[in-house]
Amino acid sequence: MAEVEGGCELFSAGHRACGGCGPALAARLLLKATGKNTILVASTGCMEVFSTPYPETAWGVPWIHSLFENAAAVASGIEASLKRQGRSEKVVCVCGDGATFDIGVLCISGAFERGHDITYICYDNEAYMNTGIQRSGATPYGASTTTSPAGSCSLGNTLRKKDMPAILAAHGSPYVATASIAYPNDFVQKVERAINTPGPCYIQVHAPCCTGWGFEAGETLAMGKLAIETGLWVNYEMVDGVVEKAKKVKRKPVEEYLSKQKRFRHLFKPRRDDEIAKIQAIADANAERFGIDIKAKESSE
Amino acid sequence: MLEFMEGSHAVAEIVKRCRPQVIAAYPITPQTHIVEDLAQMVANCEIDAEYITVESEFSALSACLGASAAGSRVYSATTSQGLALMFEVCFNAAGMRQPIVMTIANRSLGAPLSIWNDQQDSISLRDSGWLQLYAEDNQETADLHMIAYKVCEDHDILLPAFVCFDGFILTHTYEPVALPSQEEADAYLPAFNPYQRLDAAKPLSMGMYATPEYYMEFRYEIDQAMHRAKQALVKAGREFGEQFGRDYSGLVEGYRLDDADVALVAMGSICGTVKDAIDEMREAGRKVGLLKIRTYRPFPASEIADALKNVSTVAVLDKNISLGNGGAVGTEVKSALYGSGISVYDYIIALGGRDVRKRDIAAVVDLAEKGKGDMFYGLRTEVL
Ligand SMILES: Cc1ncc(C[n+]2csc(CCOP(=O)(O)OP(=O)(O)O)c2C)c(N)n1
Ligand code: SF4
Repeated sequence: MAEVEGGCELFSAGHRACGGCGPALAARLLLKATGKNTILVASTGCMEVFSTPYPETAWGVPWIHSLFENAAAVASGIEASLKRQGRSEKVVCVCGDGATFDIGVLCISGAFERGHDITYICYDNEAYMNTGIQRSGATPYGASTTTSPAGSCSLGNTLRKKDMPAILAAHGSPYVATASIAYPNDFVQKVERAINTPGPCYIQVHAPCCTGWGFEAGETLAMGKLAIETGLWVNYEMVDGVVEKAKKVKRKPVEEYLSKQKRFRHLFKPRRDDEIAKIQAIADANAERFGIDIKAKESSE
Repeated sequence: MLEFMEGSHAVAEIVKRCRPQVIAAYPITPQTHIVEDLAQMVANCEIDAEYITVESEFSALSACLGASAAGSRVYSATTSQGLALMFEVCFNAAGMRQPIVMTIANRSLGAPLSIWNDQQDSISLRDSGWLQLYAEDNQETADLHMIAYKVCEDHDILLPAFVCFDGFILTHTYEPVALPSQEEADAYLPAFNPYQRLDAAKPLSMGMYATPEYYMEFRYEIDQAMHRAKQALVKAGREFGEQFGRDYSGLVEGYRLDDADVALVAMGSICGTVKDAIDEMREAGRKVGLLKIRTYRPFPASEIADALKNVSTVAVLDKNISLGNGGAVGTEVKSALYGSGISVYDYIIALGGRDVRKRDIAAVVDLAEKGKGDMFYGLRTEVL
């Protein structure tokens, strides 16, 4: 256990993340939103490892990591403990997509069903980065990872991204939102709203990983923006299970996003128009479902 | 005052008097009555605790870990498959030095599925950094809970503990048990005073990752705390005796051992049967005694060596099997007596709830005297 030195940034610059790391940016924004009166619970993954090599820590708020899969259960205990002691800290989980979509689902489901007053934030970098870029339930269709590699007879990950927000909304969560580190103010506002909403709230923040996706470190925000502009990622809020406020865009073709990342390189050499079309169809379906398209007329106004 | 009650109920009653602030547990036979009783006590406002109805044992212990880290006294109970599901969290809780007390209603592990008693479950977690205490009867089970909290929460120790008692044989058995009043319990066990806790007023990071430059020192510290726990257990056991008249200052306990030639060594409820068998053998003029091990972790090696120094033959009864090598207790007793010249034989007995009778104990003594041991006792050869 290491004690934290004072300082104005609650997430300090002295961490070990790759330059241009989306999740590191998410951590910093997150603490700007929560402020000091927060207890953070982390799962095993990149963020845990890059922020707490003993005896150093980047966290200016109390922070606990237990295991890969039990952050939501640990948070349940913390919340119950604070309640018993009459304390008022906010309990916030911050976990990767693997910890959230795959191995931690049991604990998350239990915590949401029980209605603990916690905020669960999934930083979604769309694979297990800490162990070397393996596929998770959040990995998008067509991406090559080390466990879903593209090869002479494979086109990478052929499974669709799991709809975690819908799953958690179905648990009766009062507030579920998606966000992106490319829209920092929006993310910060959503975190503020979540921690001030009683009950279990969920935010999934898109956090591009330059190392895992294969793009230049300076392109992180641009990549986050392109995901939204193509419709492959949608920023929206769900209140009591009903979608409100989805971010509208004038959509660009998915190719613009895919062609800039090594994880989709196999779709271009040789060119697989049929596969790119499938991914375009996913974006189109997102646009339809969330009504995000700005019509030509609207945009000229 | 003695009250006639079920073992599980005695555990729930003593846990209530230990004033846990957060309870998280998941039902599993034969532990179920404990968590049901506690839930009812919370429902009746007899206990001022948060009761978290978790969705699994894995979450039960995870929630206890979080609650303890945030500064509350916590309690859980499990057995067998439930304990196996907690494996990862057990190591984590000890590594994070959380003084969690958990009752283990000892039960065998599948496959084949068996709900009956042996001690394979807790023994399999012997290297997890939890103290392990084994009770012979329901009075001892209840008393050990208070002692466990006291030792675990000692700032020189800060380790979690299993209080183990045999499934069905004790959990579902009615015996007279003396329970302290709440005032007496409070006098023995003060309110929880966490050494460190998650607190926004004083931020700290817990459960970080450690490189090879640091990891080993953490394990060393746990090992040292485990060794210190011996003295803490002796002290807490003596204080318990002074207040309640039942002395637990020994990590091991001898029965008719002083002039014995052959000593049986055992843990848990089987010790009761062994004592009765010894009384019969003594009447027949055989110099047999028992050494009961109450504290399995930390392992009382020097206490065992001292207690057994005058016997010529030792027969260890193991309700567990380290497959491919023999019983865990037998192996460790052999190591404790290494070089003493005493013959030590190990007997795997009563796995999966098979009954043990006085005649079986006498038969084991016969085998040991003939120099036959290190074997499963009582196998049904016709089904092999
Ligand atoms: C029970 C268990 N299985 C596997 C692992 C190995 N492991 C550690 S982190 C990790 C992946 C983390 O992925 P994610 O949650 O997406 O976070 P990221 O590393 O991408 O930030 C895995 C597989 C583990 N620590 N524990
Ligand atoms: S691998 Fe990705 S998520 Fe991990 S530190 Fe590097 S950029 Fe961040």
